Amino acid sequence: MSQAQAAPFDVDSVRSDFPILGRAVRDRALVYLDNAATTQKPRSVIDAMDRYYEEENANIHRGVHLLSQQATFAYERARGRIAKFVNAVESAEIVFCRGTTEAVNLVAHGYARPRVQAGDEILVTHMEHHSNIVPWQMLCQATGAKLTVAPVTDAGALDLAGFADRLSPRTRLVAVTHASNVLGTINPIRQLCDLAHECGIPVFVDGAQGAPHLGVDVQALGCDFYAFSGHKLFAPTGIGALWGRRELLEAMSPYEGGGSMIQSVTFEATTFAELPNKFEAGTPNIAGAIGLAAAVDYLNGLGMERIAAYEDELLVYATERLLAVDGLRLFGTAADKVAVLSFALDAAHPHDIGTILDIEGVAIRTGHHCAQPLMQRFGVPAMARASFAFYNTRREVDALVSALGKVREILG
Amino acid sequence: MSELRELYQQVILDHNRKPHNFGPLDTANRHQEGFNPLCGDHLHVYLRLSADDVIEDIHFDGSGCAISKASASLMTQLLKGCTADEARQRFAGFHAMVTADNDAPVDLEAAGKLAVFSGVREFPMRVKCATLAWHTMKSALDSEATDPITTE
Repeated sequence: MSQAQAAPFDVDSVRSDFPILGRAVRDRALVYLDNAATTQKPRSVIDAMDRYYEEENANIHRGVHLLSQQATFAYERARGRIAKFVNAVESAEIVFCRGTTEAVNLVAHGYARPRVQAGDEILVTHMEHHSNIVPWQMLCQATGAKLTVAPVTDAGALDLAGFADRLSPRTRLVAVTHASNVLGTINPIRQLCDLAHECGIPVFVDGAQGAPHLGVDVQALGCDFYAFSGHKLFAPTGIGALWGRRELLEAMSPYEGGGSMIQSVTFEATTFAELPNKFEAGTPNIAGAIGLAAAVDYLNGLGMERIAAYEDELLVYATERLLAVDGLRLFGTAADKVAVLSFALDAAHPHDIGTILDIEGVAIRTGHHCAQPLMQRFGVPAMARASFAFYNTRREVDALVSALGKVREILG
Repeated sequence: MSELRELYQQVILDHNRKPHNFGPLDTANRHQEGFNPLCGDHLHVYLRLSADDVIEDIHFDGSGCAISKASASLMTQLLKGCTADEARQRFAGFHAMVTADNDAPVDLEAAGKLAVFSGVREFPMRVKCATLAWHTMKSALDSEATDPITTE
């Protein structure tokens, strides 16, 4: 362990890396607790993108001129850093995409569609985000396949026996989230992959909530695909990455056709490019990829283990404080969680909670969190959710709790 | 705190706690379901429209936030006895008030009891909460007559 990693986590210094955290909201200091929706960006990410536009902007993989070479180098170097971040065997296994949603659609079309027939099954869990439900449902409608759903316990953990029961000879793919955006539950991906692989079924992991908080090692997880979004990982919107095993990616058809993804084109036939270009039609989000790599560098500088440890402490503190609020009910009390706390407060509607908290300067998310089946599972139309990042503090947890006192005062 | 009280006025809180005309209306001949997919608010508006277009009775039920519930409750109070055209006009006035610029003066006389919702315009994300019942009422007026809804 380096000296930097051994040092205590200096959250005040970390906060000063994020320009937006210094702003006021309605004349109060911003308390940003909506990190599961999107995260704030450190200065280094903003600077990396500015520098690209100011000094290196050109199209990639095309021109012979210097700027194009520099842009290509920066883009491919970004891919390499992201491959390392998730411990991919090689950078050609990283496909840049718009985000997790596009990655799910890419795998649904490129991998599953040609391999799924009527009567086959795609297995998801009850805690999935709409983006890991709807593309599979559309695939099922187009092919006559069936969407099967692994149950979630009252505590918000995945029911492992229920999961294993639903692995059938007709299951063609498992699509599961690394961590729930509502309950915070961390799924035992290695175990799920072992169970699925015993039946010869590949596993797609939605890492939108996992990658920003847990160190990701795709080889140790044992999955076949892993996708995440840049904007939830302190990087810009419109960029994300899909990792896939080389042999699976190679066997897949392209998702979109266009420039960059070809080797040669005639009006009779086209041969497609090698990995990963086969999946990157058109001019990609070059600045976004550079921003994403800068975010990964930033996270590596802090150390994912230290980040996870700090967030875990914050989660323990926040859980304890919220449970002490009269009339508060927590959704998601699994043993293994990321720092996401969804709750109800007496009979107050989440939207009223959200507005009152906003007036107190505390930003949380309210609503169905793009997980309507999970709302139905817990019998509520909506929830209030506070979700944390490593730049949040105990003081901010206190601000949340005191603002919840205002909610009770007004609506109680 | 003043901003909070401006939005959550006592009248709104009272209507939220004890909504008026809440529950199905057995004698209704118009019914519409209103849904806000973004936030999950979900309500029904039931009304009985006479042959000469007078709203003889109007009820609502469903689930939603304090703003949407209070708005629905006050709406049913105000519209009972109005003609369909008057109801549409009141909606137009209400809609204009909650979507006006923050610094535009509120015509308190025209707004009447609905003036308690003027604070909503400072919270654009909540406008849809305040107007859901009204939109639903308007669709109910525009819908085909139905058999009275039973509560069986």
